[in-house]
Amino acid sequence: MADHTVPLLELRGITKRFPGVLANDDVHLDVLPGEIHALLGENGAGKSTLMKVLYGLYRPDAGEVLLSGEPSGIATPADAIDAGVAMIHQHFMLVPTLTVAENVALGLADNGMLLDTTAVAGRIRELSARYGLHVDPSAYVWQLAVGERQRVEIVKALYRDCRLLVLDEPTAVLTPLEVDELFVTLRTMAADGVGLIFISHKLDEVLALSDRITVMRDGRVTGETTPGQTSKGELADMMVGRAVQLAPDRPAADVGEVRLAVDGLRVMGDRGLESVTGCTIEVRAGEVVGIAGVSGNGQRELAEAVAGLRQPTGGTVAIDGTDVTGQHPSRVRAAGLAYVPEERMRDGVVGEFTVAENLILVDHDRDPYCRRGLLRLGAIADACRDLVARFTVKTPSLETTTSNLSGGNIQKLILARELSGEPRVLVAAQPTRGVDIGAAEYIHRRLIDERSSGTAVLVISEDLDEVLALSDRVAVMFAGRIVEVMDVADATVERLGLLMAGTGVEEVGAA
Amino acid sequence: MGEWLRDRLARVAGPQLAGLLVPVAAVLAAFLIGAVMMLALGANPLEGYWALLEGAFGDVDALADTALKSMPLLLVGIGICIAFRASVINIGGEGQMIAGAIVSTLVALGFPDLPRVLLVPLVLVGGLVGGALWGALPGALKAYSGVNEILSTIMLNIVAVQLMNFLLRDPIMDPYEKEHGRLPQTERLSENSDLPLLPGGTRLHVGILVAVAMAGLAYVLLWRTALGYRLRAVGHSAAAARYAGMPVKRTIVAALTFSGAMCGLAGAILVFGSESHRFVTDGSSVGFTGSAGFNGIVTALFGGLHPLWTIPSSFFFGGLQFGANAMQRAVQVPAALIVGLNGLVVVFVVSSDRLRRVVGESLAQGRRIRSGESIDG
Repeated sequence: MADHTVPLLELRGITKRFPGVLANDDVHLDVLPGEIHALLGENGAGKSTLMKVLYGLYRPDAGEVLLSGEPSGIATPADAIDAGVAMIHQHFMLVPTLTVAENVALGLADNGMLLDTTAVAGRIRELSARYGLHVDPSAYVWQLAVGERQRVEIVKALYRDCRLLVLDEPTAVLTPLEVDELFVTLRTMAADGVGLIFISHKLDEVLALSDRITVMRDGRVTGETTPGQTSKGELADMMVGRAVQLAPDRPAADVGEVRLAVDGLRVMGDRGLESVTGCTIEVRAGEVVGIAGVSGNGQRELAEAVAGLRQPTGGTVAIDGTDVTGQHPSRVRAAGLAYVPEERMRDGVVGEFTVAENLILVDHDRDPYCRRGLLRLGAIADACRDLVARFTVKTPSLETTTSNLSGGNIQKLILARELSGEPRVLVAAQPTRGVDIGAAEYIHRRLIDERSSGTAVLVISEDLDEVLALSDRVAVMFAGRIVEVMDVADATVERLGLLMAGTGVEEVGAA
Repeated sequence: MGEWLRDRLARVAGPQLAGLLVPVAAVLAAFLIGAVMMLALGANPLEGYWALLEGAFGDVDALADTALKSMPLLLVGIGICIAFRASVINIGGEGQMIAGAIVSTLVALGFPDLPRVLLVPLVLVGGLVGGALWGALPGALKAYSGVNEILSTIMLNIVAVQLMNFLLRDPIMDPYEKEHGRLPQTERLSENSDLPLLPGGTRLHVGILVAVAMAGLAYVLLWRTALGYRLRAVGHSAAAARYAGMPVKRTIVAALTFSGAMCGLAGAILVFGSESHRFVTDGSSVGFTGSAGFNGIVTALFGGLHPLWTIPSSFFFGGLQFGANAMQRAVQVPAALIVGLNGLVVVFVVSSDRLRRVVGESLAQGRRIRSGESIDG
């Protein structure tokens, strides 16, 4: 990469204010042609705002955007596309009922009256071959898996001859194998001179892929570095603004009796197909079992069936020796289950309730919160104040409406409530998804503490790093069943990745 | 006009007061449109409104009559607060009032010789039970069979009216009317079931106190009991309630049962607090309830679905209804104009109710940003 070339993109002193908050404060960022530039930061650090300024969605209060040394003149997303800037959002902008070719052609200026899909398809095949993107132009988008849809988005950008591509958390929805493929594609694009901005909070990926890294925190750039000069720990510290412990200390496990026993469980999914197809797993007292797997392989249905939220069609669930298969959630909880749900805002809290009201959601009708049917507001306030302090939930008051808290604080609130009941078994689904690093660090420590104090903990996560950091044993879920369980010492990302993709299942044999 | 009104009020009065002022402004806006309508009819709106106020709140007797008119609105409104808080849309107030009236009347006809201290509470309990049953039925249908409660409660209104007409035309019809007349009404019910009048020489009876007490009890129910907590949790998020182990279905049934009980009590008080001391109708539901089963929804919404705020709210709407006749006499505009005025207030209130939520949301948003918590930019 030539150091003396004019930057493809230069953001100079971008400042963007919203009522009461400074989202971008004098931000500088430049991208050279052919460079992969990672933009790293927590939720709310100002990454999205900065990219929206670049894309013409926001007008900055100060600063300028230069493309190849000239003022960009981008005032709308249409201008951005014309200038060769493309953006791939976390939520794809595709029309599911149209084919890949139609989606790619959608919005092109020179379509004319009739769409020449054969020409479009031809070009798509060309681009696919060149960049290693496996895309069938005649397939309907609704038929495609998430990873494939992302490839369509990339093809769309390439088709429009983009010079600068912004990818917002592109790996969040991919399997490790797909991530590798994506990286190959992105490197090929960079080799062709395209500039790439890679937004992420996954430190490993940033280090593996990028040429340069810019870290943001609280609207400001807190550091610019290259992968050769930095480390995961340093990047995390820059993101959070203090020393962060990425992997929690895990004292040796003192494993006891089986607390959660799932045997041959079968559960229907929302679409009327069997999502959990004979799942068997055991979790013992004092250990964390982590379930790794690509989203949509039955993890959600498994967790919901264990918690009593979904009726199994076969198999059994036992908690602490009590058969709770298909029982009402109150029975399952009575048997000793605590559950941190995946859909935090839907299941985990009542958004309109106050912090205190949500903290008593499970035990609201039990002593000390309630006697003879009457709520004891004093006792509730005392207990909640204690919980908020113990679990470091950041809230202005106990009377604050819960939906106004950040994701991390809501998750801490849920954890506070679920752990306060001293459960026998804890099931945590996607415990740190969408949660900032600081809160994630705390949540991980709490989960380990819980396990060390003798609770059986089942963690379900699509984040492999998380599974590896927390688990004593790792189970891989594929197509509705556990295909392999291994000691964490034997689990490598490569091995897990293969199992998650469904390869190597035959050798293992049916679970 | 929603955003505009909110902004203006927040600027002039500060955000805290805006929440209170929005409904007031909504009423004023409705009155303004009513004034235009009166002008179009060739009447002087100032004169008309003055007569309305005078008639509704002018002296002790007017206030007492307004209070009497407000009583069913308040009780139904309380019932609506309970149901709506649980996200159960009870449109069956009319039917539940009738059911309460029927059961309480049967009690009075069955035990006419009980002493007053027993019979009065007993007929009131009869009202509660009748309304509760008529509410529990659609509640159970919703919870266990997924029947939409809006449809089932409306249809049960019609069933109740027909049941009332049948009963008042034959089985419990006044024997005298049966022989000579045609009026669908009962005989004069036992004097021991008359609701005691309050001292002061007005027509106010103890039913008013019962209604106000119920507002207090409903407040306690909703915010001080485990059951009320569950009602509100289910109302906001049935998914979270179920996750936490709450019996969601039973809670839905409970909401409609309590809601119906309040409406049934209103029906009983209408019968035993009436001048004629009879259960009487003209063959329609309005003939007995005066549409309180529907108008109570308005008073509850105007009171922000809060039982205590529903007290002044129903007093206000009761005043409108009672003062309408005085207005008609004074400026010769049809009293039906008040019905239109009611409707306008409803439109503005419902939009302002939404407004208040929006105001609250935006305030909370501001607090969150100021307190420096994470917002995704």
